[in-house]
Amino acid sequence: MKRDPVYGIMAEFDSATALVEAARRTHQAGYNKIDAYSPFPIEGLAEEIGFHRDEVPLVVLIGGIVGGLTGYLMQYWMSAVDYPLNIGGKPYHSWPAFIVITFEMTILFAGISAVFGMLALNGLPMPYHPVFNVPRFSSASKDRFFLIVFSSDPKYDPAATRGFLQGLGPRSISEVPS
Amino acid sequence: MDELYKAAVDTQAPVMEPGYTFGTVTEKISAIVLTRPASNGWFVGFGIAFLLTMMMLYAIGYLFLKGIGIWGVTIPIGWGFAIVNFVWWIGIGHAGTLISAILLLLRQSWRNSINRFAEAMTLFAVACAGIFPAIHVGRPWLAYWLFPYPSTMGVWPQFRSPLMWDVFAVSTYATISALFWFIGLIPDMATLRDRATHPAARIVYGMLSLGWRGSARHWHRYETAYLLLAGLATPLVLSVHTVVSFDFAVGIVPGWHTTIFPPYFVAGAIYSGFAMVLMLAIPIRKIYNLEDFITELHLQNAAKVMLATGLIVAYGYGIEAFMGWYSGDRYDAFTIWNRLHGPYAVPYWSLLICNIFIPQLLWIKKMRTSPVALFFLSGVILVGMWLERFIIVVVSLHRDFLTSSWGMYYPTRWDWMTYIGTIGMFLAAMFLFLRLLPAISIFEMRTLLPEAEVKE
Repeated sequence: MKRDPVYGIMAEFDSATALVEAARRTHQAGYNKIDAYSPFPIEGLAEEIGFHRDEVPLVVLIGGIVGGLTGYLMQYWMSAVDYPLNIGGKPYHSWPAFIVITFEMTILFAGISAVFGMLALNGLPMPYHPVFNVPRFSSASKDRFFLIVFSSDPKYDPAATRGFLQGLGPRSISEVPS
Repeated sequence: MDELYKAAVDTQAPVMEPGYTFGTVTEKISAIVLTRPASNGWFVGFGIAFLLTMMMLYAIGYLFLKGIGIWGVTIPIGWGFAIVNFVWWIGIGHAGTLISAILLLLRQSWRNSINRFAEAMTLFAVACAGIFPAIHVGRPWLAYWLFPYPSTMGVWPQFRSPLMWDVFAVSTYATISALFWFIGLIPDMATLRDRATHPAARIVYGMLSLGWRGSARHWHRYETAYLLLAGLATPLVLSVHTVVSFDFAVGIVPGWHTTIFPPYFVAGAIYSGFAMVLMLAIPIRKIYNLEDFITELHLQNAAKVMLATGLIVAYGYGIEAFMGWYSGDRYDAFTIWNRLHGPYAVPYWSLLICNIFIPQLLWIKKMRTSPVALFFLSGVILVGMWLERFIIVVVSLHRDFLTSSWGMYYPTRWDWMTYIGTIGMFLAAMFLFLRLLPAISIFEMRTLLPEAEVKE
């Protein structure tokens, strides 16, 4: 398949309010493959572009359960199965003494899953991305807000989409080469 | 908003001085790293800290050659400076996690200006703390035996021991603190990548930003992960000093074997941690002109946290003394008497003065709002909290059940060189951090601006 030379069309906005409004109208107009970029998290923006399934909590839950089981079973197996050692007459399987490490391992695995799960779901690290080809995009990490309609969107049409975005009152419009 | 609450808020200093925009906040914080040249003061400060670090390495190098006989530890005091300093440093680290995690969950937006360097402080403090148990084991090249790894010896660690719990608690704490700090930095690394002019800086910050582009989907997952990490770090930080206190409380030595230890250790940790936060924040805001971001409100709030945790610590001392009398146990009673009148009475009275009496000045509003007064008061608290750990470790051990096993502890110059050296290492890391990474979280500061609010 031949790669589309255009990745999408990007509109630049001045404020968070303008971006949220533009994202809502673009999504309502039937564009589904869109994304919004902002220099800080904006509550509700992800929902406006049609993002509803955040799997991070599930990943963390699984990580925590795996960590807890690993912690407990590791101690049980090492102290009661593989190398039973009598310490002051305490039972080999001294479960109350195993709670602390079980807890720490739960936190450790859940925390690592949160960070690496989030990065993996976001597809990071990704040093190259077409949006960086737009020179104005460097302000997305400072004080500007961007909305993009990807060329892979079924409704995408170079002229019509550009005209639609123009109607949202952006500060500028750029074509994003892929 | 409730009228009374509103009136109370209006009289407070703001979280951030008005008049800033997304652009000016970004420029002001990133300029410290990107454009501001390092001053002579920075070089002098870093130089001194670096020399102290070298002194620490020298002391540790000599320790590796000679063994722990060069320290003051003897029987019965087998846990000298190494454990005192370990507990002190770990405690200092706790304030960073409290600020970044617990205050985030409590929606205390004032944390946004101090969480970044408080987290850095946590990391460096934990690094300093980690040195001590490793060099204290006697054969430090075998310190990795603490971890359960499949060895040809076929043995495993002893999981019923609080010392093993400590290994897991502290290494988990170090890992989670580093991750929390790093994911907080990712969006700011992207900001620095886009602002930097030097090609090397662009590449390094670009790599560290992992290609962050601020997509709404990314932010959503990012915030979820950040919040969950805060939720995980909250019980973690409380558990770490609890487990450290178990190292003592599970033993039967009079002065250690008490149930008040876990809460009183955690309160003491936050107490000393906030003192360190203030000792760092006060010069940093002055030197880098960040008074608009780290305002009087932050100093006041930190002072109030110190006052509250200081009172919990005072309660802990009170209960220890009360239990010495009320338990009717002659060894417990003697421990208290010995602290007040024994050979280490001077450190104990100094501890009471530093940790309980002088900090009561924080009831006065003038003291809470004066940076100079707070700076010195924090220094007093840090000394006091160090003395507390000295009293717990040394004074409890030097008089136990049998008079035949009584002894005295005298730290040697190697003890002092190692301890002061870790302070140098901590400061050297702080100096580098200030020049290389944004000391205040830029993206979280943007969210504090009025224009960040989405108007419907």
